[in-house]
Amino acid sequence: MSETITLEVLRYNPETDSEPHFQSFVVPYHEDWVVLDALNHVKDHIDSTLSYRWSCHMAVCGSCGLIINGEPKLGCHAFVRDYRGGVIKIEPLDHFPIERDLVIVMDDFIEKLSSVKPYVIVKEEKPVSEGEYIQTPAQLKVFKQYTQCINCMLCYAACPQYAMNEGFVGPAALALAHRYNMDSRDCGKDERAEVVASNEGIWECTFVGACSEVCPKHVDPAAAIQQTKIAASLDWFKALLLPGGKK
Amino acid sequence: MDVIVTDVAIVGAGGAGLRAAIAAAQSDPSLNIALISKVYPMRSHTVAAEGGAAGVIKDNDSLDNHFNDTVTGGDWLSDQDAVEMFVNTAPKELLQMEHWGCPWSREPDGKVAVRPFGGMKIERTWYAADKTGFHMLHTLFQTSIQFPSIKRFDEYYSTELLVEDGRCIGVVAIEMRSGRMVAFHAKSVIIATGGAGRIFPFTTNGAVKTGDGMAMAYRAGVPLKDMEFIQYHPTGLPGTGILITEGSRGEGGILVNKDGYRYLQDYNLGPPDPWPRKKAMELGPRDRLSQAFWHEQQKGRTIKTAYGDVVYLDIRHLGEAKINERLPMVRELASSYIGVDPVYEPIPVRPVVHYTMGGIHTDINAATPMPGLYAAGECACVSINGANRLGSNSLAEILVFGAIAGRNAAAFAKANPLGSPTLAAQATDAAQGRVRELFLRTGGTETISGLRKEMNDAMESGAGIYRTEQTLQDTCRVLADLRARFGKVQLEDRSNVFNTDLLQALELGSMLDVAQAMAHSALLRKESRGSHQRLDFPARDDVTFLQHSLATFGGAAEPAISYADVVITKSKPAERVYGGPAT
Amino acid sequence: MSRRPYIRKVERNWFLSQRRYTLYMTRELTSLFVLLYCVFLTLGVVRLSQGQAAWDGFVTTASSPLGVIFQLVCLGFAAFHSVTWFAVTPKAMPLMIKGEPVPDKTIIAVHYALWAAVSAVVLIAAGV
Repeated sequence: MSETITLEVLRYNPETDSEPHFQSFVVPYHEDWVVLDALNHVKDHIDSTLSYRWSCHMAVCGSCGLIINGEPKLGCHAFVRDYRGGVIKIEPLDHFPIERDLVIVMDDFIEKLSSVKPYVIVKEEKPVSEGEYIQTPAQLKVFKQYTQCINCMLCYAACPQYAMNEGFVGPAALALAHRYNMDSRDCGKDERAEVVASNEGIWECTFVGACSEVCPKHVDPAAAIQQTKIAASLDWFKALLLPGGKK
Repeated sequence: MDVIVTDVAIVGAGGAGLRAAIAAAQSDPSLNIALISKVYPMRSHTVAAEGGAAGVIKDNDSLDNHFNDTVTGGDWLSDQDAVEMFVNTAPKELLQMEHWGCPWSREPDGKVAVRPFGGMKIERTWYAADKTGFHMLHTLFQTSIQFPSIKRFDEYYSTELLVEDGRCIGVVAIEMRSGRMVAFHAKSVIIATGGAGRIFPFTTNGAVKTGDGMAMAYRAGVPLKDMEFIQYHPTGLPGTGILITEGSRGEGGILVNKDGYRYLQDYNLGPPDPWPRKKAMELGPRDRLSQAFWHEQQKGRTIKTAYGDVVYLDIRHLGEAKINERLPMVRELASSYIGVDPVYEPIPVRPVVHYTMGGIHTDINAATPMPGLYAAGECACVSINGANRLGSNSLAEILVFGAIAGRNAAAFAKANPLGSPTLAAQATDAAQGRVRELFLRTGGTETISGLRKEMNDAMESGAGIYRTEQTLQDTCRVLADLRARFGKVQLEDRSNVFNTDLLQALELGSMLDVAQAMAHSALLRKESRGSHQRLDFPARDDVTFLQHSLATFGGAAEPAISYADVVITKSKPAERVYGGPAT
Repeated sequence: MSRRPYIRKVERNWFLSQRRYTLYMTRELTSLFVLLYCVFLTLGVVRLSQGQAAWDGFVTTASSPLGVIFQLVCLGFAAFHSVTWFAVTPKAMPLMIKGEPVPDKTIIAVHYALWAAVSAVVLIAAGV
């Protein structure tokens, strides 16, 4: 009899269930499986009604965010061997409505991401014929970390402020705004300020720091937000002390 | 059924689809663009590409060099007018990406950096650390947000094209979250749905790469071109198939067999030193490297592991600092997924299916033979890549042809009216009927996962790196059988809300049709060229087979295979020579 | 429409579910004790301005067992506040010297050094 491990998966079919409920599955134990492999085994061999998102299986597409034993994790980056001898409890990401089984409604996230104007804003378009913007490795290093976000939403699942106030712009969106604000090619900081430096933006954050702890790509959105707070405060003082000088 | 009226409909929101949407939006902001994708854009498989995108930019390089490398790499099956245009346009597209914020890695003086890549005489591969596809996709997605005319339909699975009098007038899709079907009435349609690596069991490709767009065009009567050419990337992780970028070899990594011997020197890619050296040894073209593995395997010189035979990719000599700077993701992937830290140990690797050279038959304008229908990216075959693609040409290709498709589809939309609503409604009802039949079917005897596994096994054993008449015949027979048995698949999931059982069934249907095109095209090509290698026809035959294959859908029967000329301009077919001393 | 997205309630005791949240709430709670200590100090200054008798009365209260416990509790929370604050300062104010980032440990160490120095000055001035 080869070794097995038990999964407790939160199921929800809106057409037949009044509320979500757990279902147990026993799957073979494999030393190098990730939780996603276990879910695929369930879908292929036990219950093909199980719905979940996944694609790349290499922690770069951001599809498979889950709550595994209470902790926000990527399904493809959570190793079954770390749960050996126990039960693996699998739930959809916290703080988002559940669409079906492990699939959440992520409309709000997409909206928040778009609201911070996450694209290069320049005063004047530079023609492609003039070649690239000069950007030294040191200039790239300043914002590079904040480009690594895979939009997996683990940070939103970990953030208590987002839990209690769904208007909060949130860690990933604010980190992305910071990424552009710090990019030497961009001049859009003021345009982003309306959303970023608002009460629902950086000022809703109380530096719990859970977002940065769970981020699988070490983006450190908490750091991005605190740095933005300081920059926004300095801008505010400058505008106060030098009227007509800033805008 | 709900109808959405738009000007340009784009199916697929990866690199090519997003680039097409932006190009269409920029060409005319008054046009409505519907960007339809079965996943959110940032989940598209462009995100997993690692090594880089090729474009001539340095003084020591020339467009002719890029042209020759590409045509040679493609074993002369590339259409040279298209390649010429491609190498010309690639640098401009890459610069546009830079202007849009793509965080290209830089030289100390702040200019864009390039690295050497397989099969290329001069280094010209732009890179963003070892996550180029990720950065390109996110740059394109974020840039697309600023265009209000691009309306996204995320998690809509497209099932069929709407065709009127031989012209494409739209597409039908399932809204995943609700199960309702929607008809997009469009004046022009672009397919940018990527390749079909999931047809094979060991692949770098993610779950989404099931060839749905190829199948849609194919079933509507558009031929699939050069489907027999499937690229095995030489360095994938055993088991998962996770991609270890060619960039690791570009930075100086070596491949050794169980004796610690750099075996590639035995296959006309040597001498082994000096190293690194372009177009030689580990920087040879992908088809040759994967074929060398197969031979080493036959000779018993590969290393046996629980996940099959492997060779070792050794990058230890690069040192920790360089690995952390240039190949951080390689380090992370090897450490996480197979417990190997490449700073201290060599990485076990094997060839895995990576890219589909073939695809929807398009011309240099990204247009298919069906008016109003365009295609770009891996799902299309222009052909730039011919019989074998050079690494870093694909990320450049999606930009070049994505933009061309966007502009041309926009122009077509401006010059042509919508299709007739009544005819569209009829076609839509028929499409809905087909999905309903599958959804409601009872008395089924087959499972999706069972048929999928049989397809995977048949393709790997019969249409893998080396093929014979016998293995291909067997595979064709199995596929015909599987297609028939597909009619007996029954869904377990009867929900309307996010039904992934239905999704996987439809994806399997796409893969079976596309696989059949691949196997039959391979069976009839009685020569070896690029990534299509026949043990029974080991030589290249330019007399008979300097031709593109065209697979035309045969319904329940097998496809019909015909041939079309290759455009040869400046480069006459010659011997593909790699290796040799340093120049 | 067959969709019916399910919204899960946030429990009132959410911060007890994970150690990281409990530590966070404790950190936030320190502000209450910092406030109370400020009130206490202000009271001391006021008493000082009211003459010797008032000041002596204040010192007596502060030296009582309850007073000492109160001050120790405040010290504990204030110290916890400082420790957690120092730990995250490098995140809020990353420093680059000659194009290379200054390590977090260095920034934190400098904070502790300054704290020690200021404390030493205060203690010496207080005649300890």
